[in-house]
Amino acid sequence: MTELELMSKPKYERFFLKIGLFFSRIPSKISSFFRILPLKLRLLGKKIASPFLTIWDAFINGDWKTRLSFLFCGFGQMFNKQIVLGIINFIFELVFIVYMVLVGVPWISKFGTLATPLDEFGNACEIHTTSSGFEYSICDRSNDSRFIILYSLITIFFIICMVYVWYSSVKKAKLLQDYSQVVKKETDLDIVRTFTGRNYDKTLLTIPLAGVLIFTVLPLVFMILIAFTNYSSEYNGSKIVFNWVGWQNFANMAGLGAGYETFLPTMLKILLWTLIWAFFATFTNYFLGMIVALLINQKAIKLKKVWRTILITTVAVPQFISLLLINKMIQDNGIINNLLLQWGIINQPIHFLINPWITRVTVIVVNMWVGIPYTMLICTGILMNIPEDLYESAKIDGASPFKMYMKITLPYMLFVTTPYLIQQFVGNINNFNVIYLLTQGGPLTSSYAAGAGQTDLLITWLYKLTMTNSSKDYAMSSVIGIIVFCVVAFISLIFYSKSNSVKNEEEFQ
Amino acid sequence: MKKAITSSMRARKNIRLTLSYVILIIISIFWLIPFIYLLAQSFSVDTMNYSVFFPDEWTFNNYVLLFTDPAKPFWKWWLNTFIVAGVTCIIQTLITLATSYAFSRLRFKSRRFIMKAFLIIGMFPSFLTMIINYFLLDLIGLNNSIFGLVVIYCASSAMSYYIAKGFFDTVPKSLDEAAMIDGANKNTIFFKIILPLSKPIVVYTVLMAFTGPWGDFMMASYIAQGNNDLMNVAVGLQNLAQVGEVSKYFSRFCAGGVVTSIPIMILFFWLQRYYVEGVTGGAVKG
Repeated sequence: MTELELMSKPKYERFFLKIGLFFSRIPSKISSFFRILPLKLRLLGKKIASPFLTIWDAFINGDWKTRLSFLFCGFGQMFNKQIVLGIINFIFELVFIVYMVLVGVPWISKFGTLATPLDEFGNACEIHTTSSGFEYSICDRSNDSRFIILYSLITIFFIICMVYVWYSSVKKAKLLQDYSQVVKKETDLDIVRTFTGRNYDKTLLTIPLAGVLIFTVLPLVFMILIAFTNYSSEYNGSKIVFNWVGWQNFANMAGLGAGYETFLPTMLKILLWTLIWAFFATFTNYFLGMIVALLINQKAIKLKKVWRTILITTVAVPQFISLLLINKMIQDNGIINNLLLQWGIINQPIHFLINPWITRVTVIVVNMWVGIPYTMLICTGILMNIPEDLYESAKIDGASPFKMYMKITLPYMLFVTTPYLIQQFVGNINNFNVIYLLTQGGPLTSSYAAGAGQTDLLITWLYKLTMTNSSKDYAMSSVIGIIVFCVVAFISLIFYSKSNSVKNEEEFQ
Repeated sequence: MKKAITSSMRARKNIRLTLSYVILIIISIFWLIPFIYLLAQSFSVDTMNYSVFFPDEWTFNNYVLLFTDPAKPFWKWWLNTFIVAGVTCIIQTLITLATSYAFSRLRFKSRRFIMKAFLIIGMFPSFLTMIINYFLLDLIGLNNSIFGLVVIYCASSAMSYYIAKGFFDTVPKSLDEAAMIDGANKNTIFFKIILPLSKPIVVYTVLMAFTGPWGDFMMASYIAQGNNDLMNVAVGLQNLAQVGEVSKYFSRFCAGGVVTSIPIMILFFWLQRYYVEGVTGGAVKG
C-alpha cells in the first residue's frame, strides 16, 4: 500500500492499518537483519583489529626511533622535532610506573576479596558521629573496603589512560617516520597552533571531560560495584569492611530474601508515582511557562521588566527556603487554612499534607510555582530569537495568532528545547528538593517498606535508606539506584533519538 | 466597510490585551504571596506565629541578630556561600558554554557518543555518589574546605550543555562562514561572534551557575559535617528550621531568607538589561 492510499483512509482505519503493517513487516525485518549480520560482524572485527594491526605494523616496519617508542613513550616524537610533546609523554609514563609500584599494585591486589585481616582488636575502622548525625570514620585506610574499591578504580582508570597514551605515541612515531620524507615536519609550535583550529574541540573539552570522568563517572562505577557487596551499617557493625555478595541484593529486591518481601511492591508503587509526578511536573511547567513567556513577550504589553521581575523573585529566594516556607503555609493550622476558614470559604482545614491524593496534587501545584519562572526565563531567550520575518509573512497570509503559535512558535520551541525537556523529565524523576522539603515523602503508610511514604519518589526513598534510616543500607540503595537509572535511561534515550532537534540539528541554521 | 473591519479588529485586540493584563496580574499576586509572607514574618516580634499573615508587632531585631549572634554565625554562612557561588559561577559558565559550543559548532569523532553519554550519566541519582565524592576530595585535601564544594559543582557542569547548545544551534551558521573567510579562527568565532550574539543564554547560564550553589543543600551539608565555619546559608538556615529549633528561630529564618535572596535579585537586575529584543534579528540579510 502506498503512502497516498494510506492517507485517503479515515483516521481510525489508518491507525489499525499501521499496526497491521508493522506486524507484517517483522519477518522481512528479521531476515534482512540476518542478511546484514555477517557484514556487520566483519566490520566490527576490522574495527577491533585495526589498533593491533597498527601496532604490529609499527613494530615490523618501524625504524629504531619508532621501535624505541614501544619502551619509552614519546621517543619517536622527541627525535622528530616535537621535543616538548615527546617529553610530556615520557614523563606520563614515568609517573605511571612510579604510581603502579607504590600505590596501584598494593591496592588492586586486595580488590578480589575487599576485606583484609583485622587488627588484634578486631577493628579495621572506628565510626564517629557528629552531633548533627553525620558519620565519619577514622580508619587504617588500607583495611577500609571502600578505599580498596576507590583506589582500585583509580588504578584501572590510570591503566586505561596509559594504554591509550602508549598506543597513540607508537602510532604517532610511525606516522612521523612515514611522512618524514614527504612533507614538512610539524613542530611543537605547529601542534600548539592547531588547538585553536582543527583541534579546538580538544582545547574546549579536556577540562570538562576530565571533571565529569573523575567526579561523576568514577563515583558511578563505584556505586554500581557497591550493589554487589553487603555494604550497610546493619551488617558490618562498626567496621567498614564488607565483601562481594554477587547478585544477592538483586534477589532481595525481587523479594526472594528474608526480610525484604515488601520491597518489590513498594518499589513498583513508588516507581509508578515517580513517573506520574515527572510527567505532570514537566509538562505543566513547560507549557504554562511558555504561555507566560508569550504573554509577557507580546508587543503591546507594557512594563515587561516588571512582570518578569515579579516572577523572578521566586527564583531569587533559594528553593529550600521557599519550600520550607510553603510547607509551613499549608499546614493544617497554617496561614492558608487559617485565612480560608476566616473568610468562610471552608468549614474545616484542607488536609494538604495528610490525605495522599490532596498531597500529590499539592506537590504538583507547588512545583508549578517553583518551576514556571525558570521556564519563562528560558523561553523568553529563545522566543526572542525566532526570526521576525516568519511572523510578518504569516500575518500577510492572514494567519491567526493561534495558528501562528501552532505552526511557528511551538515547532521552533520544541526543536530547540527537546533535550531540555528530557533533562527536565529526568530532573523531575530525581527531584529531591520539592518532595522532601515539602512533604518529607509523607503521608506515611504501613503498607510501604522501609519508611517510604505516599509521595516519596525513588530518590527520596533512597535518601531515607542511606541517610535517615537507622540501618544505612547502601548496598540496597545502590540496587534501587541502578533500577531508577535503567528506567530513566531507557525512556529518555527513546525520546532523545526520536526528537527532531537531534535528527535535523542544522534545520534552523 | 473597511473602517468597520479595522474597528472590530481593534476591539478584539483590546479584549486580548485586557485579558493578558488580567492574567498577568493574577499570576503576579500568586507568585508574590509567599514572598510577602516571608518579608512580613521576618519583621515579627513573635519568634513563631506562622498562622497569621502580618505580625501584630513589628521589629528589626531579627536582622540585627542574624549578624550579631555568635551561636548562629549567619554572616559567616553568607560569606561562605558568596565565595563558593561566585567562583563556581565563573568557572561553571565558562565550562558549560565551551562544552555547548563544541557540541554545537565543532564536528569531531566522538561528539554524538559524548553527548549521549552525558545524557545517560546525568540520570544517575547524584547523591548516591556523594560519599565517594567526599573521599575524592579527601584525596586532594579539599574535604575540609569550602573550595571542595567549588570543585564538586564545577566538575559536573559540562553535563548541563543542553540549553546553551540548543541556542547556539539557532545562531545562523553563515555568520561563522563569513568570519572564517575574513580569517578568523574558531577561537575568535566563539568569543567574538557566538558569545556576543547569545547574550540571553549567557545570562541564563550565569544565573543558573550562581543560583545552583547558592541554594544547594545536600552536598553542602555533607561537606560541612555540622561544622559552623563550613556551612553555607542553606545548611545554616536549615539548622534554624529544624523541628526542635523552629519555634525559637522561625522569624529569624525568614529574615535570613530575605537577606539570602538579595544578591540573586541584584544579579538579575544587573543582567536583565542584556535581555534585549531581537538579538540575531538582522544579523543575516537575505
